[in-house]
Amino acid sequence: MEWEAVIGLEIHAQLATKSKIFSGASTAFGAEPNTQACAVDLALPGTLPVFNAEALRMAVLFGLAIDAEIGHTSVFDRKNYFYPDLPKGYQTSQLFHPIVGIGHVDIELEDGSTKRVGVTRAHLEEDAGKSLHEEFPSMTGIDLNRAGTPLLEIVSEPDMRSAEEAVAYVKKIHAIVTNLGICDGNMSEGSFRCDCNVSVRYKGEEKFGNRTETKNINSFRFIEKAIKGEIIRQIDILEDGGHITQETRLYDANKDETRSMRSKEEANDYRYFPCPDLLPIVIDDEYVEKLRSTLPELPDARKARFIEQYQLSEYDAMVLSAYRDLSHYFETAAQAADDAKLTANWVMGDLSKHLNQNDTDIKDSPVTAEQLGGLLLRIKDNTITGKLAKQVFEAMWAGEGSADEVIEAKGLKQVTDTGAIESMVDDVIAANQTQVDQYVSAEPDKRGKMIGFFMGKVMQASQGKANPGQVQGLLKQKLDALANS
Amino acid sequence: MSLDRTDVEKIAHLARLNIAEQDIQEYTENLSDILNLVDQMQAINTDDVIPMAHPMDAIQRLRIDEVTEGNQRDLLQTVAPAVEAGLFQVPKVIE
Repeated sequence: MEWEAVIGLEIHAQLATKSKIFSGASTAFGAEPNTQACAVDLALPGTLPVFNAEALRMAVLFGLAIDAEIGHTSVFDRKNYFYPDLPKGYQTSQLFHPIVGIGHVDIELEDGSTKRVGVTRAHLEEDAGKSLHEEFPSMTGIDLNRAGTPLLEIVSEPDMRSAEEAVAYVKKIHAIVTNLGICDGNMSEGSFRCDCNVSVRYKGEEKFGNRTETKNINSFRFIEKAIKGEIIRQIDILEDGGHITQETRLYDANKDETRSMRSKEEANDYRYFPCPDLLPIVIDDEYVEKLRSTLPELPDARKARFIEQYQLSEYDAMVLSAYRDLSHYFETAAQAADDAKLTANWVMGDLSKHLNQNDTDIKDSPVTAEQLGGLLLRIKDNTITGKLAKQVFEAMWAGEGSADEVIEAKGLKQVTDTGAIESMVDDVIAANQTQVDQYVSAEPDKRGKMIGFFMGKVMQASQGKANPGQVQGLLKQKLDALANS
Repeated sequence: MSLDRTDVEKIAHLARLNIAEQDIQEYTENLSDILNLVDQMQAINTDDVIPMAHPMDAIQRLRIDEVTEGNQRDLLQTVAPAVEAGLFQVPKVIE
């Protein structure tokens, strides 16, 4: 019998509001402890929450982007539990009437096919504070700066069947929320994190197996590794005749394994009920339609446009359409270079490599889109060879100026003067009699490969500046003349 | 529907309420009475009634997304029993 994994995900996306969901305290990251926690966040007696209009706008915008039902009336509920970093003793969340109802996203699989993944719901809630257990010997330190930060919890259907599908889904949601500008998507700062529900069953079986939930994973790579490891762990247990305990687990990136969180003495009993401090939110059609008209172009639509408009391959279009800044860079450079395919290769190749190596955001790229376009123009008009262009790019990255300035300063201009190239070709032929003899005596169909040797010598002699096409043409012409004489 | 002693003990624990042993019986009876009243109401047909989320006939007002509360840490921490390095101090919650 073959095993099959069943995966559902809960993603917490921190909404990019300036102030908290129910108070006027700042949500900026990295402030001194408790300097952004006001009386409402601390749940001091007599305070009341007031809902942030921007959090509502962002949640509705997300719902529209995934083609979801938007609830006309939405209600906040209290989820009750006690923990010191939750000063109220309950988290204000939504259980019964979430803002965003059933929707879906399409993910691209490795074999090129597309799969639709259902989104069960997305609801608004507040984040908790942070507990610092290690700093003090017998006490726990509490920082409430994060308490009350708005989160959109996006719950998927259990539609995914492999770690790869799960990652494709997370990346798609990540691309949507960042394109909408409702979340900065910064996973290392915890603005976008994921809980993975995983179970396994025999293929073809309808009933789900017992599932585990692995909490708060904050990188695409860890999500993939954690799910893969959890699937293997569960299959091993079941094949040994054991059974899976429904529990919460933690992913340890250092050991690359999940482990059980000590289960609470009492099973979760959150006693949800409607929050009496907040009135129902009424969302009318006019509001929804107004927001719909502000929806920016989303990755799926942009991908289709890139294929249509620039004749990009499916894969190139997918990569280049995922993020707004990347897409904008590509389009700007492609326009400047007037060559989409060449631009796509450079953006996904040399540029991405440099951005990754230097951990630089594309917005901060030292080579601007216009400058890259300028470099590509010089490849196209044969001013420089493709090989030397990489050298020019390095110099541009190091801040040595535009492509034209670098080419001029380094004297990299391609030699296209036929007379000059011809004399180099003649010199190389004269200096390598042995190889010329071999060429002449070789079968005609073997000669093509043998030209490579002479090509290398001429390019070396020209310091890479000779036009490769011209060199090749002349070499072939002259060597074949010798062979046929 | 009526509650028994263990239900009351469990609810008290979940709510972190310390109730006296001799009061448990009375709580059990009182809470059961409330639930019995709810049972009576359950018998009424409410098929055409939209559930009410709030007794006030009003809708939520929204706040403009602005930072209006600055750093008030020193003031707010004057009421905290223990503070160190800007952090509220509580008894250690993990072993």
